[in-house]
Amino acid sequence: MKKKKWPEAWHEVNPGCIVFAPANAREYHTGSWKAQRPIWDDSKCIKCGICYIFCPEGCVTQQEDGTFRADLDYCKGCGICAHECWPGAITMIEEG
Amino acid sequence: MNIIENFDLYAPRLVDKKEYLCSGHRACQGCGEVLGLRLMCKALGPDVVIANATGCMEIISSMYPSTAWEVPWIHVAFENAAAVGSGVEAGLKALRRKGKIADRDVKVVGVAGDGGTMDIGLQALSGAMERGHDMLFVCLDNEAYMNTGIQRSSGTPMGASTTTSPAGKVSSGQKTWKKNVPEIMVAHGVSYVATACPSYPLDFINKVKKAMKVKGPSYIHCFTVCPTGWRSPSEMTIKLGRLVVETGIFPLYEVEDGKYRMTVEVDQLRPIEDYMKPQGRYRHLTPDQIEIIQDRVYQEYNKLQDKINGLHAWSDLQYEWGLFD
Repeated sequence: MKKKKWPEAWHEVNPGCIVFAPANAREYHTGSWKAQRPIWDDSKCIKCGICYIFCPEGCVTQQEDGTFRADLDYCKGCGICAHECWPGAITMIEEG
Repeated sequence: MNIIENFDLYAPRLVDKKEYLCSGHRACQGCGEVLGLRLMCKALGPDVVIANATGCMEIISSMYPSTAWEVPWIHVAFENAAAVGSGVEAGLKALRRKGKIADRDVKVVGVAGDGGTMDIGLQALSGAMERGHDMLFVCLDNEAYMNTGIQRSSGTPMGASTTTSPAGKVSSGQKTWKKNVPEIMVAHGVSYVATACPSYPLDFINKVKKAMKVKGPSYIHCFTVCPTGWRSPSEMTIKLGRLVVETGIFPLYEVEDGKYRMTVEVDQLRPIEDYMKPQGRYRHLTPDQIEIIQDRVYQEYNKLQDKINGLHAWSDLQYEWGLFD
């Protein structure tokens, strides 16, 4: 049987309501909250990592070529990365 | 470009890439508090036990049946984050003495919001600091009880509008000044006290790392922006954190064994209108009221400058008098 991420019925709740695994909030995708999404212009990017350090979600990661991308499964579209990126490599566009 | 020449610019890339507070937590868009918590966890690393008081950070990170934590974490009631932290520290010490756990350094960290530190948890914090437990206490100060719907706390600054200090015909927001908790902690004789802001991430990470190395109690007061409670745009979070330092409302300093040191120097203080304008909670203030707050900010800032420049620190005096040689 596949191991469950969290209890799905009342009899699966263990005493003390202890969670099944650490950091299983990753299974909960907050990306559906966003109204805007960040778009990177790699020609302007200087690969400084400001967007990575200031992301409250921790969803911006560095790729193999050194540029950065947000994991849109978790990005809530706050716009901090676009506001703080001083070369102006990030723009926010409307979802949909 | 040379990376060494532009060290400060490229330094974010040198920060630990591992996330100890994972994505998928339910903080509001642009939350400054969870950013502070994330950077704190990065600085602390894996060998840590966190006791977290009730508040935004507990609610958003541990919504049953999921948890965002990768490190040992306890949720405790509003008032006793520091008490539980000191108990964990004593327990670890006892287990280590009996040989039941490996002999390695595990830091105990108490985390609470401004309500859990300044109002409800102050006696527990005072006790833990006075007993000298080897723990770090981090206050994530967003200047009101944001979790329950923006009620005033003793960390709310003068003039700010909250649901229990509303601005209207009779009242013009909060009527009292902000409680200076870092100064209370200095008065306890805590060996390391610092103020920090996640808008200066490397400064914040350095302070947490320094506090970790201290054997004994240490306290970090972290100023965090709350776009929901302050009625400010979510993308302004980092900018507001920078403005609060540049206007001198919340100067970043550290106190090591009684010695004050400014960690982020500001050449010329900006007028506080720059900081207040983007925030809806200060919208009702008249120029006269802003003038009063501005005077107070200068007064507090000068008081701090006097402590840094003019006075002998306690540890200097001890050396000069030679009492303990």
